[in-house]
Amino acid sequence: MLYAPTYLHIPDGFLTLVVSVIFWAVTIIMVWLAVSKTNKSLGEKQIPLMGVMAAFIFAAQMLNFPIAGGTSGHFLGGALAAIVLGPWAGILVMTAVVGVQALLFQDGGLLVMGANIFNMGILTAVVGFGLYRLVVHQKRGLRLAVAGGGAWMATMAAALVTALQLWLSGTTRLEIVLPAMLGVHALIGIGEGLITVAALAYIEQTRPDLLNAEKTAREGGRGWVVGGVLITLAAVFLSPLASGSPDGLERVAENLGFLGTGQDAPYQILPDYTIPFLGETALSTILAGVVGAALVMGLLVLVGRNLQRRSEV
Amino acid sequence: MPVKHTPSYDLIIPECQGDLLQIQDLHFAYPDGHQALRGINLNVCEGEKIALVGPNGAGKSTLMLHLNGILGDKSPITIAGLDLVKENLPVIRALVGLVFQNPDDQLFSPTVFEDVAFGPLHMGLPEDEVLERVKEALAVVGMEGFGERLSHHLSMGQKKRIAIATVLAMHPQILVLDEPSAGLDPRARRSLIDFLQELPITLLVSTHDLRMVNELFPRMVIMDEGEIVADGPTQELLKDETLLLAHGLESV
Amino acid sequence: MHVDIFDQFQFSESKVHSLDPRIKVLVAVAFILSNALLPDGSWLAFGVAWFFLLLANDLSNLGLGFTLKRSVIALPFAVVAVSAIFSPRGEPLGVWDLGFMTLIPTDAGLIRFASILLRSWLSVQIAILLVATTQFPDLIHALEHLRLPRTLTTIIAFLFRYLFVLTNEVFRILRAREARSARLPGVSGGGSLGWRLKTTGSMAGQLFTRSYERSDRIYQAMISRGYAGHIRTLNPHRIQSRDWLVLIVSAAVLMLIQLVGWIL
Repeated sequence: MLYAPTYLHIPDGFLTLVVSVIFWAVTIIMVWLAVSKTNKSLGEKQIPLMGVMAAFIFAAQMLNFPIAGGTSGHFLGGALAAIVLGPWAGILVMTAVVGVQALLFQDGGLLVMGANIFNMGILTAVVGFGLYRLVVHQKRGLRLAVAGGGAWMATMAAALVTALQLWLSGTTRLEIVLPAMLGVHALIGIGEGLITVAALAYIEQTRPDLLNAEKTAREGGRGWVVGGVLITLAAVFLSPLASGSPDGLERVAENLGFLGTGQDAPYQILPDYTIPFLGETALSTILAGVVGAALVMGLLVLVGRNLQRRSEV
Repeated sequence: MPVKHTPSYDLIIPECQGDLLQIQDLHFAYPDGHQALRGINLNVCEGEKIALVGPNGAGKSTLMLHLNGILGDKSPITIAGLDLVKENLPVIRALVGLVFQNPDDQLFSPTVFEDVAFGPLHMGLPEDEVLERVKEALAVVGMEGFGERLSHHLSMGQKKRIAIATVLAMHPQILVLDEPSAGLDPRARRSLIDFLQELPITLLVSTHDLRMVNELFPRMVIMDEGEIVADGPTQELLKDETLLLAHGLESV
Repeated sequence: MHVDIFDQFQFSESKVHSLDPRIKVLVAVAFILSNALLPDGSWLAFGVAWFFLLLANDLSNLGLGFTLKRSVIALPFAVVAVSAIFSPRGEPLGVWDLGFMTLIPTDAGLIRFASILLRSWLSVQIAILLVATTQFPDLIHALEHLRLPRTLTTIIAFLFRYLFVLTNEVFRILRAREARSARLPGVSGGGSLGWRLKTTGSMAGQLFTRSYERSDRIYQAMISRGYAGHIRTLNPHRIQSRDWLVLIVSAAVLMLIQLVGWIL
């Protein structure tokens, strides 16, 4: 492996089916939207541009930097891609990167890929682009500072959601995993932020036609800003709460049947996740899972066919 | 002020009327203001093999990009009787086979087969015709059996040959090569020269390799600072040391 | 300079290599899904699944332990699941007082932890086998056949094609940095972390610009070969009866595994 692990690429087996399906659903919708939006804004050039950019992100992730005491972090790139290419293109680029990482390197699982794409591609795009978009017309210093802060925040948000997904799957205990993830990524995020700022400064200076206020403003509007700010606020308030009073959260979670262990794990996450007429038996749960997966597959096929027809026009 | 060539009256070559390619007073400036082409006039006839030489920045690549309508879809260029306007571009792009300098830019598909098939496929040809053309093109460049290879596994010389194949598969009438021998070791270069020697197709090749020009191309066009400063028989021009020196060329 | 680490394909003449890539992808995903559906502690079912895996390994002519050797990849992430051992359900197995927190491992927690690791370990191996027996361009064709949006599959194809080119450029940039990273004897250097990050950032910016300009040239190459916005591809794969057979048999085996896991 060329990279040092950042624990953001979740392998198969660490998330339950329910959690996987939920995030697959969100990811599929966002990727579908991204495909149609980039079609309109980039036109013919989009495919070679996004393809090479995906290779760039992949390669750039090899630029690792030592943090402290032998550990090193590596560049993620989601925020940079979203700021320079626009959020929709950024999402597609990161989707390709995460997908190929999972396929070629088993860096991240196949069934849990929806969650990984969401964490590393969609979340980073919303936060990274959203916060930058807020100050896109401001002076250079402020812009770069916010870009860097946004990249840091994006990394933290990804770490937070990853921790939550693992906890919801009953794979970890929140009070252990959350501080660990947030702590490690607070440091890695600094590297991400600084590299993002330096890269943006370089691009702005050498190719102002590629990165300027009007162009960025056109790529996305207020919706992204709202999303970015909301997620930032949620992350900022949720993290200390979760780390600080784990007992309270655990009690709440227990009452709702969130914490699964042992034999009960896959379906106690959402106690109502059974097919009604079959009652609460193992079989009904399996069927529920299969039905859920089939729905997702069906959606995927429909989406794919729709897009094929559209692009053939 | 570039030095121009006064035609000698000893060697008279039949003036080509430009039945294949005709460029009339082409001017072009890049968006950043740089005037790359200043009044280019060029006629190319079927069967000719022409070398385009000149220092870097002379405008050779810029000129070549115009031949596929890449830098402008309306130019005073006529190809096989077709004016270079937007409607004619699809046909023109098949008639003029443009091979870029860097094969890594030209080979953009995962496998060799897919790259060579790209052109015919986008021309709308049926599947069996596409397969036929791919086989044929690979055979012409001497790379049969390389279809399933991944592009990044090839050497520079192999990549350059596949790059030519990608364009030959479209059955062009004129082949335009941008610095084909650049970056090749002597063996690969010799192989390329032999290959170009055998190719029965009209050629317009830009190059710094004057020895290759001497060997392969009866007609030479010298460009400098966006203008054509000389256009005539290679043997004659290569004797004119003043001319060569004035435009950054060395005699062989 | 040749960077071949991204090529996971292992050439061999085997029944598995020659299967239609779509089938291989479907079987791999179904296998991972089956593991996910098995309840914790269904050791026998996990065992049968592992047997299926070994069989697949053997049929690929890559050696019985092929995927086993490469499966250490999932190892670092295992540490994340360790805290599952201390879940509040189940019978406590002891008390570890660490001062700032008390850890109580439980039997259910231990079973959960082991099951997570097993699922992960099995799933990563089928993925390894998939890419070892299928050329990446064929995998892309499989994704296209399985109706992934054309835009996305083409981006992936470009990613694959230019990965090698760009990583070579990264190595060249890194080598240039190395060549200028000298040290005077007796003087500790290296620059501050901030400076190092700034340099890394400029390298990233430079790589970005070079990549962007390259994509422009690729676009020019594409349009000069007739590209007008819609990518056309030839997909040479036809599903044969052998592929259907493999699919059906695999589905049956996975059903069996589920049965074993849930009933026994």
